[in-house]
Amino acid sequence: MQPLLEQACWDTLYMVGWSTLIAVAGGLPLGILLVLTDRGGLLQNVLANKVIGQIVNVARSMPFIILMVALMSFTRWVTGTTIGREAAIVPLAIGAIPFFARLVETAVREVDGGLVEAVQSMGGNTWTVVRKVLVPESLPSLIAGTTTTIVALIGYSAMAGTVGAGGLGDIAIRYGYQRFETELMWLTVAILAVVISLIQFAGDYAARSLHRRSGHSGPGPKLRLLKASTATSKTV
Amino acid sequence: MITTTGLTKIYRAHRSHGREVTALDGVDLHVREGEVYGVIGQSGAGKSSLIRCINLLERPTAGTVTVAGQDLTALAGRGPRAGKELRQARSRIGMVFQHFNLLSSRTVQDNVELPLEILGKSGKERSRKALELLDLVGLADKAKAYPAQLSGGQKQRVGIARALAGDPKVLLSDEATSALDPETTRSILQLLRDLNRQLGLTVLLITHEMDVVKSICDSAALMEKGRIVESGTVSELLATPGSELASALFPVGGEASAEDRTVVDVTFQGEAATQPVISQLSRTYNIDISILGAAIDTVGGLQVGRMRIELPGRYEDNVVPIGFLREQGLQIDVLGQEPVLLKEGAQL
Repeated sequence: MQPLLEQACWDTLYMVGWSTLIAVAGGLPLGILLVLTDRGGLLQNVLANKVIGQIVNVARSMPFIILMVALMSFTRWVTGTTIGREAAIVPLAIGAIPFFARLVETAVREVDGGLVEAVQSMGGNTWTVVRKVLVPESLPSLIAGTTTTIVALIGYSAMAGTVGAGGLGDIAIRYGYQRFETELMWLTVAILAVVISLIQFAGDYAARSLHRRSGHSGPGPKLRLLKASTATSKTV
Repeated sequence: MITTTGLTKIYRAHRSHGREVTALDGVDLHVREGEVYGVIGQSGAGKSSLIRCINLLERPTAGTVTVAGQDLTALAGRGPRAGKELRQARSRIGMVFQHFNLLSSRTVQDNVELPLEILGKSGKERSRKALELLDLVGLADKAKAYPAQLSGGQKQRVGIARALAGDPKVLLSDEATSALDPETTRSILQLLRDLNRQLGLTVLLITHEMDVVKSICDSAALMEKGRIVESGTVSELLATPGSELASALFPVGGEASAEDRTVVDVTFQGEAATQPVISQLSRTYNIDISILGAAIDTVGGLQVGRMRIELPGRYEDNVVPIGFLREQGLQIDVLGQEPVLLKEGAQL
């Protein structure tokens, strides 16, 4: 039982890790582009904004299990197979890119327009604005958004078992549900809870310490959606 | 140093058919090298649009902007994005903002280094220059602090140091003191004045506070509804009969004590200030003069006195004594009478 769970843990981390990396790499520019091409943005382009926004919306509302099946031929083209861990990473990453892009968009929109104006008045171009203002100034929120994305990806990865990718969710379904091994199921649930808490804690800590470093005393970025309930129970 | 001709900015609200807001309506501005020029007006008068059109953060709808002999409107190109030449020109124009606009993720020193990073200076040169500028604005000990740890006045000092990093010849100040308390305002204005003198910096500032113009400006312009209504050096303005700006810069109070009296504002400047005109007037025409209000102040580095006096009888009865005062080289404004000379556009 132990090697089984150990392997499942690694499978989950492997899938989530890679898909997070790809989601951040894809979602960050996409989210920034959504802000820049919007009306009044530095690269205002209403048509491009609408198109990107629409793609993001459709991709976000797609149920993951359907996305996974729909992307099979693409997955095969990328990884050469449609089963196993690598094959699961493709739909996971593609599902998470628009999710993360929206979080990036919200975070970047929070940046004060006056800062953009200041950099422009120094002779900075759009790329300078992105590099020196938009990303560093929204970094605490971006980190919080990444945490949210990782947690969401752990949830999605439970379905990756359907393409034989393994992972903790797969164990819970195959052994816990289909074989009535209730103990094993609860064990995986416990492990998932611990993993998610750790990730959330690490993400919150990083976001808050960045926020504090810049001298703020407030509660930090607002994007800790999943922590909302614990945060309120603490204050009561 | 800064010249605008026929500068016009019209905002078209999105999807509103034909609804337009004219923020600037043919503004001609001329700022001489080395002077502090204040543009004053109420909110909505177009001051912000004006200063943003100077470095083309806003694209003017029509008209030209020339800074240090360079026609910026010609550099702008047609697209909405700033080309390389315009960006280079901007880096030679410093700008300070009402809300400071410092990056909260960077230390004070790194904020000052930002324009130097954009200019592609090496790390060593950047930190040398930044520390030098922080020393100049009196914040050498705060180099490693973050903006959130500073007071408003200190933040604006950082903003000024940052604006000076590119060795600009021109500094644009967008309501730089409007978010500060009176005492801090004074110290920031003093700093701007010192920099203007030490570095020969030309300063164009916009403000809604008359005190700002009074304490540091060599020249001033009054803006209303997108137009410049009055402009000139402070002494020219004070010498202009019926100048709104002059009376706002230098108000004297006092109401007429009875119906049939003539109230006259007398402005003294330079030579005239030393002559005992009031007692001469009283003796020569044998009239009783009451003083309703008086003040002496320094406006734009000039010693100026203004007095509101009351003469018995209506204006028609006092034509001769008022003529006498005018002969003494004093500037006379008779209340309730149309000024003799109207400055162009003053009635609009």
